[in-house]
Parts: sequence; C-alpha cells; structure tokens
Amino acid sequence: MSESFLIAGATLPDGSRADLLIEDGTVVELGASVSATDATRVDADGLIALPGLVDLHTHLREPGYEQSETVLTGTRAAAAGGYTAVFAMANTSPVSDTAGVVEQVLSLGEAAGYATVRPIGAVTVGLGGEQLAELGAMAASRAQVRVFSDDGFCVSDPMLMRRALEYVKAFDGVIAQHAQEPRLTQGAQMNEGVLSGELGLAGWPAVAEESIIARDVLLAEHVGSRLHVCHVSTAGSVEVIRWAKSRGIRVTAEVTPHHLLLTEDLVRGYDARYKVNPPLRTRDDVEALREALVDGTIDIVATDHAPHPVEAKDTEWDAAANGMVGLESALSVVHAALVADGRLDWADVARVMSSKPAEIGSLAGYADGLVVGAPANLTLYDPEASRSFSTEDLAGKGVNSPYLGLELPGRVLHTFHQGRRTVADGTVVDVAEVARA
Amino acid sequence: MRHLLSTKDLSREAAIRLLDIAEDMADVQNREVKKLPTLRGKTVVNLFFEDSTRTRISFEAAAKRLSADVINFSAKGSSVSKGESLKDTAQTLQAMGADGVVIRHQASGAPFTLATSGWIDAGVINAGDGMHEHPTQALLDAFTMRRRLHGAASRGKALDGVAVTIVGDILHSRVARSNVWLLNTLGAEVTLVAPPTLVPVDTSSWPVTVGYDLDAAIDDGVPDVLMMLRIQGERMHAAFFPSEREYARTWGLDDERLARLADDTIVMHPGPMNRGLEISAAAADSPRSTVREQVANGVSIRMAALYLLLAGEEEN
Repeated sequence: MSESFLIAGATLPDGSRADLLIEDGTVVELGASVSATDATRVDADGLIALPGLVDLHTHLREPGYEQSETVLTGTRAAAAGGYTAVFAMANTSPVSDTAGVVEQVLSLGEAAGYATVRPIGAVTVGLGGEQLAELGAMAASRAQVRVFSDDGFCVSDPMLMRRALEYVKAFDGVIAQHAQEPRLTQGAQMNEGVLSGELGLAGWPAVAEESIIARDVLLAEHVGSRLHVCHVSTAGSVEVIRWAKSRGIRVTAEVTPHHLLLTEDLVRGYDARYKVNPPLRTRDDVEALREALVDGTIDIVATDHAPHPVEAKDTEWDAAANGMVGLESALSVVHAALVADGRLDWADVARVMSSKPAEIGSLAGYADGLVVGAPANLTLYDPEASRSFSTEDLAGKGVNSPYLGLELPGRVLHTFHQGRRTVADGTVVDVAEVARA
Repeated sequence: MRHLLSTKDLSREAAIRLLDIAEDMADVQNREVKKLPTLRGKTVVNLFFEDSTRTRISFEAAAKRLSADVINFSAKGSSVSKGESLKDTAQTLQAMGADGVVIRHQASGAPFTLATSGWIDAGVINAGDGMHEHPTQALLDAFTMRRRLHGAASRGKALDGVAVTIVGDILHSRVARSNVWLLNTLGAEVTLVAPPTLVPVDTSSWPVTVGYDLDAAIDDGVPDVLMMLRIQGERMHAAFFPSEREYARTWGLDDERLARLADDTIVMHPGPMNRGLEISAAAADSPRSTVREQVANGVSIRMAALYLLLAGEEEN
C-alpha cells in the first residue's frame, strides 16, 4: 500500500479551507477536520490546493533530442511547476507519427512517474505536411492519442488540413494547429512591426497567424470538426476566434505564459533567450490575450515548454533556436499576469490550467477538480511567496528561461501525482523514490 | 568610445567629433608619408563572415595607416565554414590578443552580441550586420556631404537643414538605416523613396518622410543629396518588383532624371553600383557623383573610428 497523506488546512480554489486525505492514489476524504493517524501530515496552512496542472503543449524532446530534455527530466520540470500531466509534442526523432513511437513515449512517462505523459501524434508523416500519419493506429494504441499536431510546422495545405480535421472525428480527436502561414514567414526572426524594421530582423507578421486561424475555423465549421489553436499570440487572432465561437464553431485555443507577460521590446538587446515561435508581440497583443483568457475566448494556458542546450542560445540571434522553457514558471507567470490584479481567481486558474486542458485532450480524472473519489493529482502553492527566478528554480535540462532574474510571485511547495509526492517542500523528489512508488 | 555598433545610439557630439578626427586623418592622406604610429603594437582583426572586399580593404588600409597589425579572418575556408560558433571564433581571437575586432556578419545584431556577451574584451566595430546597421558607411557618407557643402571649413559642422533623399531597397539596407539615424542626429531632413514592397512595413517612428515617386522627389523635393542604393536583381524573384527593367524605369537615376536635378544636387552611391539599373553610367561618372570620394573618405572615417576605439583606451 502506498503512502497516505493528510493535507491539513489547505485553501481550495473556491476559497474554502479544508483538509484532504489521500490514500491509494485517490482523494478519499475532504472536509473541515479530517483525521488519519497513519497518514503523513502535510501542513498546508496558507497554501492553495490546486488540482494538478495539465499542460497541453510540452516538448519533452525524447526520443532523439536527449541533449535538450528527456521524458524523465521534462516531467521533473513539470512536477516542479505543479503539473501532473503533460501532452508531449510530436517533433521528436523519430517523429511521433506511429503507434510504436507514441507507445514508447507513454512507457517512458510511466516509468518516470513524475507526471502522466500523453503523447501527441503528428498529423503528417515526419511532420512533412504531405501525407497523413497513421492517426487511427495512434488513437487505437496503448497511448490512446487524441491530440494531433505538427507543431513547429503548420499544416498549411488546406486540403490536408480539411482531411485531418474530418478523419479524427472517428475517435473524437482534435487537430492542434501551429498557425503560421509558411510563405509569409520565410526566415522570420521576430514580430513584424516598427521594431523589426529598426533592428533589421526579418518580420513574422501577425497576419501569418491570423489568416491560418481564419481558414481553419471555417474548415472546422464546414466539416463539423474540433480544432485547437496552439499558442495564440496576436490581438487579431483573438478577434477571429471570438467570431468563430460566436458562430458555434468547435474551436478551442491556448496562450502561453510568455505571451501573457513579455513583449517584443525584449528583443532589442538581441538576447536569444527571447527568441520564440510565435514571437513575442506588442503590449497591445499582450493585453488582448489577457482579456481573451479572462472572457473565455482563449480557453487555456499551455506552456510550449521548449528546452534547448546552452549552445543553441549562446549565439547570434539568427542562428539561435526558437523556444523557452516554461513548465517551472507557468503558474507564477499566470499569477503575475492575471491573478495579482484580480482578473482571474484561483478557481479560474484551476479551469484554464487543469480541467479545461484535460477536457480538450480527453484526459480523464480532472473534470471535477479536487473532490472525493478523484485521482489525487494536486499541487500546493504558496501565493504569498516571492522569488527572484533563477536556474535554481528550473528542474529540467534546459536553462533557456526568459524569466531568470525576474521577480515572480508564488511558489509550488508540494505536488502529488496519482497520490505520490513528486515535489516536497519545494524540492523535486528523488528519481528513484518517485519511480519506486 | 568602447565600441562602434550603430549610429542609432551615437550622440550629435560624438558623431561630429568622429567626423572631425576623420578630417585630421584625411589631412594625413595628403602627406608624402601617409602612415601614423598611433596604433603600433595593436592588433586589429577583420572578422568577415560575409564577402566584402571593398569594406575589408578599406578597414585594412585604415588600420595599416595607423600602424596596427592587421589579421584578416574570412569565414570562407576557415573553421567557421566547418560549423564553429561565433562564440568560439570570438574566444579564439581573444586568446590571440586582438585589441580591436571589425566584424561583418549576415545576422543582424551579431556585432552587438559579440560586444556584450563577455566573450571578448576587444573593441568592436560593426562593419555591417544583416539588415541592421553599417555605421562607418553612414559616417563616411555624412563626411562626404559635409565636405561637399563646407569644404575646408567642415570641422565642427553638422548637416542641419540638408535635404537628403535615399532611393532604393530600404527594407534590406543597413546603409539606409544607419544613414537615417545619423542624418537625423546631424539635423538633416531625410526622405526615403522606394517601391512600397521595399520599405519596412511600419516606419511610423522613423524620423523620415516616405514616398514612392522618384520624379516627385526630384522635382518637388529638390534634394541637396540624392543617395542611390544598390538593388539586388534577385529581389524580383521574391516579388518585390516585377523586373529589373521596370525597377530601373521607375526608381533608377537615369539620364533624363539626372538632367532634371538642381545644379548643386550631389549624387551618392555606397557601391558597388549596378550601372544601368539603379544608376546610369552618366550619373555615376558625372561631377555631381561622389562615388570615388566616398571610397577615399571611407579610409579616413575608419581610421578615426579605430583611433577612438583603440588609442582612446590609453588616455583612460
């Protein structure tokens, strides 16, 4: 029998105070004064108990890019950030475009134990954008893939996108589109605007994202399918999605923490830590994205956690890799961007970072949050803490965080994945202990 | 001056001081012995990741006339073409004791990264980075304008009120950017003329007037200076313009337009020229043209820049 935990005096997302008893991977009791003599007591006074966070957009890099991240190190980063489930993007090597590869990723996640790993399947063979991957085989595999994406590349061929949207209806799948018109973004290095003109960096125009989203929502409407839009980054994209939702089109959308907090002005020093795709945008875009997350136009926050080895960023801007790590910092960034000024409360955070991403990804166990009978996936967060974010706060292989040296609120103190503790007192639990549990 | 990376962050005083020192350097060029001992014992590395014989030999001549030791490091055939990173190349130069690095790089910001990364202690001169800046070109252009306008009385002067029209591929041009910032700092009034496809999508914060009509710019604007930029014929393949012929007809300085220029308008070109495309042979070779002066002045400007970076240290 696994270790039992009595979490005492936690504040639930709705603001009420409760004790939680965790046994055999399940929340078995929840109430004002729960007692259990043989359970490990965790004092949660002043801590917020959030349901385990779910990231619909994580790059775990394994197989193929183990110098950047592995399933083990990436899920350690997830645990450190309060996550208990991550959806692993398909741009591995080999690409996660067959049942064999997605089952391997699933198995690696199960062996590590830090978080539930749900592989995302590629839409097209080798992310090549030409031929559909075996979506059905991946869906029927032990990995039960429901989310498909060529992330990093856009499924730009409209015929192929239409077919993919139609095909996954057979198993209630969803296509997660990386919306980037390739011809409009050849060689693109940063947001196109007055600053790109000054810095002499090739522009990534907002219209390259917005035009693909506009096309895709119309395709989704036409064939009655489910579309998910990855990392929405512009005010115009928000308008298109708002329009689509008002028409009843089945579209969901995500925003990354960095697009909620950071702007293109950071590119001015050519520091490649701020190079990301889609690029950091303007202050107006950031404000529109915040509004959209508050009003529900954007459904969820997803990290786009993209670890890279040091040498991929320690270089001139053009040669640097796109991407930022984000799992460890996501909750604090959302806290800073939207909770601090009261536009989101903790129940909203639980929705946009846990139950809703799980729903989009067809992941069971997160629908009702922290209730008796639910799997014990949760994190205890100290909202009063504050820290100068540093590499000490990172738990994966990548140190390419844009927040290093920034003052961020809050801190994850404990994380439980299926009743097993993965973070204790702010420290990620030892690999062997988590795997053994 | 620690580095010379851009004209955007150059103050009016610093710019005029550099132009004045270049005047002194130009005087030296008229002596029988053109060489000064100023940088004896200093090592200047010309680190060129992009081919540019003209700019490289200009810097080489400048460094040698100041008695510096010059090492030319070209990316082609070197370890750089074998995948060595900018960081490792920089640290190699550091280990060899480079005092100054003149860098030309295809990536915008590479000189900035080199200067601020801590990889190297040397002073860095940007000799052209991607589509970003080419500060010594803009300085030599300003120097050339000042000399044409004020002759021997140039010292201490700026370019207040001078109307400069820059024509051509603004979007991809580091020369245009460096000129826009520097000319504005020196008080000139800058007009940009180009096909709309070759202007950055948003220039609202630039201190310039943008137009698309070269004839109007010549007839109504009456520029003191008409600066023609090199156009790359390959641009038409990315649909920036339909054909070289249409470009030349619409935005080229042909003989007919040349004849309509005001008497004292000068014609500039940073080189290398595409005769018959952006500039006619008659325009390039006319007395208005400053093309050869620009080349000569380039050496003086680069001597001044190297002097400020490398000899200035000893004063501290």
